[in-house]
Amino acid sequence: MAFPLIVRAIRLALEAVDPRLEEAAGTLGASPIKVFAFVTLPLIFPGLVAGAVVGFAKALGEFGATITFVSNIPGETQTLASAIYAVLQVPGQEAAVGRMIALSLILSFGALLLSEVLARKMVRR
Amino acid sequence: MSLDLDIHLQRGRFTLEVQATAPAGVTVIFGPSGSGKTTLLRAVAGLEAVDRGQIVIEGSDMTERPAHRRAVGYLFQEPRLLPHLSVLGNLKFAQKMGREVAPQSFDEVIALLELGDLLERTPFALSGGEAQRVALGRALLSAPKCLCLDEPLSALDQGLKHRILPYLERLRDRTDIPILYVTHDAAEMARLADHIVLMQAGRSVLSGPAEAILSDPAAVPYLGVRAAGTVISGQVMARDPTTGLAVMGFDGGQLILPELNQTKGRSIRIRIPAQDIVLAREKPKGLSALNVFEGTITQLHAGQGPGVMVQFKTGETLFLARVTQYSSQNMGLAVGQTIFAIVKATAFDPAGIGT
Repeated sequence: MAFPLIVRAIRLALEAVDPRLEEAAGTLGASPIKVFAFVTLPLIFPGLVAGAVVGFAKALGEFGATITFVSNIPGETQTLASAIYAVLQVPGQEAAVGRMIALSLILSFGALLLSEVLARKMVRR
Repeated sequence: MSLDLDIHLQRGRFTLEVQATAPAGVTVIFGPSGSGKTTLLRAVAGLEAVDRGQIVIEGSDMTERPAHRRAVGYLFQEPRLLPHLSVLGNLKFAQKMGREVAPQSFDEVIALLELGDLLERTPFALSGGEAQRVALGRALLSAPKCLCLDEPLSALDQGLKHRILPYLERLRDRTDIPILYVTHDAAEMARLADHIVLMQAGRSVLSGPAEAILSDPAAVPYLGVRAAGTVISGQVMARDPTTGLAVMGFDGGQLILPELNQTKGRSIRIRIPAQDIVLAREKPKGLSALNVFEGTITQLHAGQGPGVMVQFKTGETLFLARVTQYSSQNMGLAVGQTIFAIVKATAFDPAGIGT
């Protein structure tokens, strides 16, 4: 379910690359493959990383798809969201639930922050 | 080395049809905006596909080759430096991508364009003029067989232009590849051009050596009255620090110029706009103007306006003067007549004086 987020981040990065730079690289003798490898790729790199970070964070919080297709096996297919759900089923584990929610907040805000920083870096170019 | 062009291409309602040859040296492509100058350059570089024709660089047919295999260096109006690389990285990029080893070594290009102090900087930390110099260096290091400069100075202000022009003059004097230079600035053209191609509405209307085109009355409608004039190449023969004047010799005589910080013996070229020359039938006396020389009228050319273009010859140099139709009739000017041309020493535009 994180896929659209990743695609969106990479797509935005690709659209931000100035095609005039790629044209200029071509006149310097770079073939289209080299232009992609040495111009386009470095320029969209922050976008790729931002997409990966957001995608990773989203994947940790996956619930619906996990439960539906691979069930909730601790240590194998358990995500953060399904772990919180599992703990919630047991009475007297409120402290553990709190810790897990705090962890997921830290993860999501951390990912947001990191992707923002990378996106800014890209804009400055 | 030379470049032969025969280009036909159609873009919507715009048609470009150009036949031209550009020998080694600077060929200025001059014309109003919309006349197809940039499209022509892009076609040469392979950035624009041609419908018919041939682009031959140094004997090899480049027409079907993609841009990266044409060996045409291109300097755009804006520098287009790669933002993720330093200046050095940008220069090395060109060397790495370039098809062969550049004829100019890396150090030579650095010295020519004085890039030494900029190497560690990022493209963001450069001024417009510096960035354009780096972009020129980068184009040179890609081992081009032909260089296309598309109004490289148009984005720079007047002061900066005059700081970059000497670099371009040095480039012209040190390389032996054809350089196509697009501009609509007459002073730039006069300083740099060895050859000129005049464009109008997608066609090349006149082309030839710069001296011939600039002093050709038939070219005046395309050049514009202000751009028409004589370009003279000569040598500084003497300088006088007390009067602040310098003497320049050319084929046919001498000219007295304001001192230009030019060393003696150095060859320079100057432009005398047609409208700055005054003509007289008899040798004038008691004038403040310092330059009076004799010539023979070779052509008279009346335009649509109130002016007449008078071409005359002094020695082997052709001059162009613009007078009103009224004076031309009053003086009874005719081809073959001997006349005296008067030019003020201060008429020379220091910006139009190059090497």
